[in-house]
Amino acid sequence: MTAATGSVPASGTGRRRWTHALARWETLLVVALLGLIVLGNALSPFFLTPGNFANLVAALMEVAIMALPLTLIIILGEIDLSVESMAGLASAALGFLWASGVPMEVGIPIVLVIGAAGGLLNGLLVARGGLPSLVVTLGTLALFRGLALIVLGPIGVSNFPAGFTEFGFGHVPGTLVPWPFVVFLSLALVLGIVLHRTWIGRQIYAIGKNAGTARYSGVRVTRLRTSLFVLSGTVAALAGVILTARLSSARADAGQGMTLTVVTVVLLGGANIFGGSGTIPGTVLAVLTVAVMQNALRLASVTVEVQSIALGLLLILSVIIPSFAHQARLALDRVRRRRHQPADAVAEG
Amino acid sequence: MAEAGRIATMDAGPARRRWLTAIGRQRELSLVAIMFVLGAGVSMIAPQFLSISNFSQVATLASIVAVVAVGEAIVVITRGIDLSVEAIIGLVAYSVARTLELHALDPAGAIALGLGIGLVLGMVNGFIVAVLKVPAIVATLGTLSIFRGIDYVIAGPHQVPLAGLTRGFTDPARSDVFGIPVFVLITIGVVVVGSLFLRSTRFGRQVYAVGSNPEAAAIMGIPSRQVVFVAFTLCGLLAGLAGVMWVMEFGTINGTAATGAVLGIVAAVVVGGVNTFGGSGTLAGAAIGALFLGFIANALILVGLSQFWLQAIYGVVILTAISGDSVIRRSIQRANTRSGAR
Repeated sequence: MTAATGSVPASGTGRRRWTHALARWETLLVVALLGLIVLGNALSPFFLTPGNFANLVAALMEVAIMALPLTLIIILGEIDLSVESMAGLASAALGFLWASGVPMEVGIPIVLVIGAAGGLLNGLLVARGGLPSLVVTLGTLALFRGLALIVLGPIGVSNFPAGFTEFGFGHVPGTLVPWPFVVFLSLALVLGIVLHRTWIGRQIYAIGKNAGTARYSGVRVTRLRTSLFVLSGTVAALAGVILTARLSSARADAGQGMTLTVVTVVLLGGANIFGGSGTIPGTVLAVLTVAVMQNALRLASVTVEVQSIALGLLLILSVIIPSFAHQARLALDRVRRRRHQPADAVAEG
Repeated sequence: MAEAGRIATMDAGPARRRWLTAIGRQRELSLVAIMFVLGAGVSMIAPQFLSISNFSQVATLASIVAVVAVGEAIVVITRGIDLSVEAIIGLVAYSVARTLELHALDPAGAIALGLGIGLVLGMVNGFIVAVLKVPAIVATLGTLSIFRGIDYVIAGPHQVPLAGLTRGFTDPARSDVFGIPVFVLITIGVVVVGSLFLRSTRFGRQVYAVGSNPEAAAIMGIPSRQVVFVAFTLCGLLAGLAGVMWVMEFGTINGTAATGAVLGIVAAVVVGGVNTFGGSGTLAGAAIGALFLGFIANALILVGLSQFWLQAIYGVVILTAISGDSVIRRSIQRANTRSGAR
């Protein structure tokens, strides 16, 4: 998808490059985002107020944060369905630790280590065990949620210190920017640079395009795969901590059902489910698009139930549309080539 | 039935390979053996475990999962997965219960409606995967949300009470024929018909062919997309049947019926020996896998562990089953290459 548009030959004419830029997935997302903002503004005069914007972004931050490492994993050609349960396990563990008197400064690092360990389990089974990530992470989706239920049971822990909950729904002083958004942007920046500007990123794309070739070219496929799952687990635990702070309550069922939104955001952002292409800016744009869409639907008093139907449709469409666009482009190229054939024949003769 | 996808491992060889192959091939028997050992342990702690009424209760509950697991197994054998089955069960269960409550259809009509809804939703999945070429995981994650959303929209906060159903509709869940619960007979019927279908029809052989090597299947002229479409359709139909059974079993139905059931269903399929890379596995294995999990759930309660352990155990079962399969498969391969080199 984006790979096809991203690899524009340098020798392309100006016109060609311009149409390709227009056809880039990210450009389409910006257009969709602007369209939704116009629509939302028409629906409610409160839509464009900074307060509303801060709210709509804050509500999606856990999903957004988990979507960043998942983007790398999907580019790699794998998937991690267990993130929502890891967020739940992190929330439950944090609640359990706090309730048993462990201070936050110790509890949060422990929870992040649990996240890394869970990610390591996924990574080892997938990268070393050679098992399909889909089934492995479906298994850990059940396992992590089960552990969360065992740790905390049906109770909720909610007497967290004010400093902690402030981190969940407070703003950067003097602005309306929620703290979790700062976390999201920093993580996006770091992962964006790693993916698009370093050799690690190039190796991730190489594995996603063809793992065998990558291995023969000296890429440490197993190690990189494992590391990305560890990253995903750690970040999912961080998302669980943020979720706990934002709701100021730790529960074993925290984050339930988030996987759908996380995967939707990543695929809407242009990552190819078969691996090999996708970008961090694409995922960031998709986060904003989904946030604005959900907010506009809410303002139009569309029920949560209908919103979940819309989200499911969006997920499927975000795979169908690029693949149709790709086929249309191939067909167009074929027509163009046929038209140019006589001229080429003369040139060759 | 076990030989269905494991032909490649059948030739004679060193002893090590022979016993590994035996374990690999006799998955159903291994599971039954584990159940006996666990059962002996549990019955020492909780003697009521061995009672006939407990057995038939476990088997009846497991039958609902087994019926869907058979459908899921067909999809997994073609290298697909269907995460939307729990939403199909939920939507069918509510539609059937609500239809009966409104007296819109007689029980036979309501059952037909339930099966019809399952069939159509299965076709929707099949269409998205086979025709629109969306990977099964994405397609069914999407339809999971869509079908459940439709269920919520139709149901709202309404709950159909047991009294709202036609009198006698829930009887099949509580009756038996010569001591065998009706639900178990339904499951056996589904497994037998399904297995004969996979074993002895052209379509059945094509299911295994598409799953074990899609490129070769395409070269042989097998219409893979049609096969995948039919697999999802059958899965939807069986999920519909499970939805009808769900109403009979539980009676009181709201929009959240069967939420979260998919993990248990996938666990049943995987522990039943269906290869997650596609191409091998049996329907009987999937059904016995469902019984195995139902049995564990029951044992948990009797031993006094909280229900909360169940979810974690599903996870452990899935991970253990796929890791174990992988170890066996690699050992067989290694043994094969060694004997090949000689």
